[in-house]
Amino acid sequence: MTPRATFPHKFLPYLLVAPQLAITLVFFYWPASQAVRQSLFREDPFGLRSTFVGLANFKHVLSQPNYINSLEVTVIFSVSTALISMAAALLLAVMAEKVIIGRGFYRTLMIWPYAVAPAIAGMLWLFMFNPSFGSLAYPLRWLGIDWDPLLDSKQAMVLLIAAASWKQVSYNFLFFVAGLQSIPKSLLEAASIDGAGETRRFWTITFPLLAPTSFFLLVVNTVYALFDTFGIIDAVTGGGPGRATETLVYKVYKDGFVNLILGDSAAESVILMAIVIGLTAIQFRYIERKVHYG
Amino acid sequence: MTSSIGSRVVAHALLIIGIVIVAFPIYYVFVASTHSLREILNPPLPLIPGDQFLHNYYEAIFGGVRRIGGVSATRLLVNTTIVGLCVAIGKIVISILSAYAIVFFRFPFRMTFFWMIFITLMLPVEVRILPTYKVMVQLHLIDTFGGLILPLIASATATLLFRQFFMTIPAELVEAARVDGAGPWRFFFDILLPLSKTNIAALFVILFIYGWTQYLWPLLVTNSNDMNTIIIGLKKMISFADADTQWHLVMVTCILAILPPILVVVLMQRWFVKGLVESEK
Repeated sequence: MTPRATFPHKFLPYLLVAPQLAITLVFFYWPASQAVRQSLFREDPFGLRSTFVGLANFKHVLSQPNYINSLEVTVIFSVSTALISMAAALLLAVMAEKVIIGRGFYRTLMIWPYAVAPAIAGMLWLFMFNPSFGSLAYPLRWLGIDWDPLLDSKQAMVLLIAAASWKQVSYNFLFFVAGLQSIPKSLLEAASIDGAGETRRFWTITFPLLAPTSFFLLVVNTVYALFDTFGIIDAVTGGGPGRATETLVYKVYKDGFVNLILGDSAAESVILMAIVIGLTAIQFRYIERKVHYG
Repeated sequence: MTSSIGSRVVAHALLIIGIVIVAFPIYYVFVASTHSLREILNPPLPLIPGDQFLHNYYEAIFGGVRRIGGVSATRLLVNTTIVGLCVAIGKIVISILSAYAIVFFRFPFRMTFFWMIFITLMLPVEVRILPTYKVMVQLHLIDTFGGLILPLIASATATLLFRQFFMTIPAELVEAARVDGAGPWRFFFDILLPLSKTNIAALFVILFIYGWTQYLWPLLVTNSNDMNTIIIGLKKMISFADADTQWHLVMVTCILAILPPILVVVLMQRWFVKGLVESEK
């Protein structure tokens, strides 16, 4: 970073960073360190006694079939949600780049779901596919599908993935449109003069040049599917039927607030933190190449 | 690059299918909110709005929601608006101040502070819910607006965005201001703030939506119905669902919860799209 003109002041800068630092310390660092501390202790449910147990909580958590189950559920849910919403968004963005009339109109309608809360997105899909009064449950029954997402674990997962992907399409759409607009038109024109058809131009020029956008979105969508979908799951299935849709985040919540196994919940939190740190590190490596941080 | 007419027709067709899928869930609930309870419970629902619009919305806003959820629809909307606005404004204020300090001043621990803020990107509320909840209990913030808002307003992303933007401001501008005798506050209010207008508008939309759509945190930190946000209120309305559930009122509440943030996004679209794509890239 180049040396730049600054204001000579001793106390003012501390005053300026103080509010953000205070909130960060009280609501981020203190609880995060508490989570790490608690993951090394075992507490009785009433919070009366706690004993140091080392890594026993982690061992206990990782050996539970329930935890392995929620790990699997999380992977299936996150990968499907990220891939479906990105593929749909890419298709729509490419189409929106092609049309001349109505571009703004399409974009305006496409961004609505961004403003819908995840929990409400879940409710909307539950209303449509509610086995007792959802209008779209009827065609499924008529097709011979025994539709009841509240009892059938596969159907529950399908409904969650649909709602989660629906919510995320707007976000991905906007980024793909921006990515498409940054591709130099001269490249596409040159290819067109050389006789490459539309499909060929897409796969040999557009798609590879979108790789940075796609990679960025992959990380963002994974983080979204891991954390921001808590509301969808809680509103639609509550982790059920059984434990069929209990993701890692949902399990932290359930063990901590419903089952009151505090040590386990803390250990699960710490494992999740490690996952987020890993994902952020990947993302930051990518950002670093594009933006210069001094 | 122009495409052939045929491929443009296909493009329009696919976009229309896409729009229908994207808009249908919202339209469906809107239609449901204009029909009587009896019609909602007798699917399939007609695809056009019914004649109960005024009746349902009047009933929901004046007493209907209070009867089911224990708190009036107006109260829910006011609470959620307060949370959305305070989260957005609070985040913008504290991040613009800290970014200003980090870019335009030199002081010991400057980069330490920057990294301390940056690392919070890796600690979303969801991974530290239980300990943060305990902090809230210790600070007596349960069932208060402070408890709903404060933990959400420390934002590394907003600070990073402002920092990135401030670094593009030419050094000559700062020097000129100093030569003319402007102090740091004068420079901040007369030069920096007007230059940051677009960024602030964009962030406002993104952060307002963020505050409005919060779920897990309001769920944990509010016990009293009067402090619920509309999304938590709605969840409570459907979680006691039974044969007597007034679904038409649930649908109205759903629309009330969706409409304000959609209006913000659509009306401020220009800044929002620019800000979203630039802030996260």
